[in-house]
Amino acid sequence: MRIALFITCFNDTLYPDTGRAVVTVLERLGHTVEFPQEQTCCGQMHFNTGYRPDAVPLVARFARTFAGFDAVVTPSASCAGMVRENHPVLAARYGHAGLQRQVADLVPRVYEFTEFLTDVLGATDVGARFPHRVAYHPTCHSLRGLRLGDRPLRLLRGVRDLDLVDLPAADSCCGFGGTFAVKNADTSAAMLADKADGVLATGAEVLCAADNSCLMHIGGGLSRQGAAVRTMHLAEILAATEGTP
Amino acid sequence: MTARDPAPAPGSRGVVWLGAPSFPDAARIALGDTRLRANLKRATATIRDKRVAVASELDDWEDLRDAAAAIKNRTARHLDHYLVRLEESVTAAGGTVHWACDAAEANRIVTALVQATGEREVVKVKSMATQEIGLNEHLADAGITAYETDLAELIVQLGDDRPSHILVPAIHKNRTEIRDLFTAEMGRWGQPAPENLGDDPRELAEAARRHLREKFLTAKVAVSGANFAVADTGTVVVVESEGNGRMCLTLPETLITVMGIEKVIPTWSDLEVFLQLLPRSSTGERMNPYTSTWTGTTDGDGPTEFHLVLLDNGRTDTLADEVGRQALACIRCSACLNVCPVFERTGGHAYGSVYPGPIGAVLTPQLVGIEQAASLPFASTLCGACYDACPVKINIPEVLAHLRAEAVEAKRTANRLPTAEAVAMKAAGKVLDSPRLLAAAQKAAALGGRAVARDGRIGRLPGPLRGWSDTRDTPAPPVESFRTWWRKNKEGER
Ligand code: SF4
Repeated sequence: MRIALFITCFNDTLYPDTGRAVVTVLERLGHTVEFPQEQTCCGQMHFNTGYRPDAVPLVARFARTFAGFDAVVTPSASCAGMVRENHPVLAARYGHAGLQRQVADLVPRVYEFTEFLTDVLGATDVGARFPHRVAYHPTCHSLRGLRLGDRPLRLLRGVRDLDLVDLPAADSCCGFGGTFAVKNADTSAAMLADKADGVLATGAEVLCAADNSCLMHIGGGLSRQGAAVRTMHLAEILAATEGTP
Repeated sequence: MTARDPAPAPGSRGVVWLGAPSFPDAARIALGDTRLRANLKRATATIRDKRVAVASELDDWEDLRDAAAAIKNRTARHLDHYLVRLEESVTAAGGTVHWACDAAEANRIVTALVQATGEREVVKVKSMATQEIGLNEHLADAGITAYETDLAELIVQLGDDRPSHILVPAIHKNRTEIRDLFTAEMGRWGQPAPENLGDDPRELAEAARRHLREKFLTAKVAVSGANFAVADTGTVVVVESEGNGRMCLTLPETLITVMGIEKVIPTWSDLEVFLQLLPRSSTGERMNPYTSTWTGTTDGDGPTEFHLVLLDNGRTDTLADEVGRQALACIRCSACLNVCPVFERTGGHAYGSVYPGPIGAVLTPQLVGIEQAASLPFASTLCGACYDACPVKINIPEVLAHLRAEAVEAKRTANRLPTAEAVAMKAAGKVLDSPRLLAAAQKAAALGGRAVARDGRIGRLPGPLRGWSDTRDTPAPPVESFRTWWRKNKEGER
């Protein structure tokens, strides 16, 4: 199986550790991962902010870059959702027949990381050990967009010595919403405050999720408060083993 | 006139209060009101939990949602047909149908109908359509007083306030506030509140009942809204929980119903689907306490004159939009409001129109024209809770994203110079369409970010990112992007 990693522009720039973690886990499970350097961004920011025509070249680039792979794996529920839901919309509205075909052909092979591990590789124990108290925040795109359900939790339960704690009001949005956090900063901050309170109430050392963007938002709020909770992408927990701290 | 006509005055279609501050500004004011936030949080959480509980009792809940969506879809596709059919049935049953293309026309029609009776007072049962067109204000200008009879509407009217929720218009008020309002204001409108009124809900309801009773017994004219109108039979349906609506619908001599044209459904049996979905989605009850249906007029029973005003006010324009038209399927259950994390913080007033919350964010801009309400489609994180809750499966996030594109496009055509945001988006698009430029930008961000960072975190920032950075730290970009790391460490292995 030819597996490509779609790191996403956001993770590429701000969270390279997440990409390394994905590679580590997949290699540990005996797979080879390729990273096509031509990849950039799924176009979510442009699409969600109302700049659809500007997202079209990115859709075309994505379809071109990943055309030859059996699976495209991405550690971002929101970017996977963007590709799955909206690339076909953009291709239909602005693209030529060729692009529409390319997109339609590729979309079923694009997987969010936990989806790929559980559904495609059938793995829930990826050989990880992480002796810490961990809370999981199901981001809106993983919960209601991709309907990841308990896949991430199954994976976390497979991690040795991990103490998984329930996050209160887990399914409520953290208030990030991409440019929402900038355009409606006050409302976003009010939502963040409640989410941060929920996280602190768990007494968790680590908060994890399948999207670094939401984690950046929540972690940014916690850090401003001086809270000691760390945020980590779920992939990084799954990559951790005996030797890692 | 159409929504796309050049520069109509804000809210000229009549969707009242539009032209209020943009959503972010209105939200900031609301967020500062801690009592409001506490009231909202408590109220929405209660209804939210009840809704989930009763919806999960039905094992065909998802089928019901599908059926409702299908009925609404079909009706929308042949709306002209069903409306004409409705007119025929209502007329055959002894009613009169009036068509109003906008708010002004609807107000003129209703005012003339009331004036023809010679009355100066009307009782009203909750109707969003009449709020949308600002009917009460209009009647007042013509010397006619409209008395709201729904308890929550009464609270809003006494307080000279605005509704902040579709179903619970006074959701922003707690019972102490309501008690004070009753004591201070009821006397001005009729029967005063009893002395030493307490804030127990039963006591409050009793005070309202006594206040309203004299109105019901004397009013000769009533104005109502409609939840549904059945094309085949000409039957109009109102569901409510207090029974005050039924008093309005049966006691007066003249009944005037104002309804949006999207409320028509084809047949009587379609009601079966909606009457299961609506109460469960809105109040979390299995059945709503009062369902009133009437078909034209009946000798010796109920009103002797019945008028049905069919209101367009931007709805046919909305229908023309393939994605946006979904919003017309709304049955005003308010489930989307109660699950919306944004609504929960800001309340309904921030949305600047009678339609608040997620549905308001997609309906209002379509009814009044996107230029008039450009901030509303952005008043959401696209978290999708509304879509999951909606009993008629309106894909609100899809419509929001669609309208965002329309808002950007409208701005582009209106301004000769591109906005700062448009320039930034274009530039970002250029960078993101080139791995080489992206790598260069990453390098620059890493250098710049680390220069301003402390302990790997960036604190407060000036300019457009101030709102973001006021409450959140941002991680400094790492020295090495993933692609750089890959090239150095992994490329050689292949
Ligand atoms: S959009 Fe759906 S959930 Fe919201 S009020 Fe309308 S019917 Fe109810």
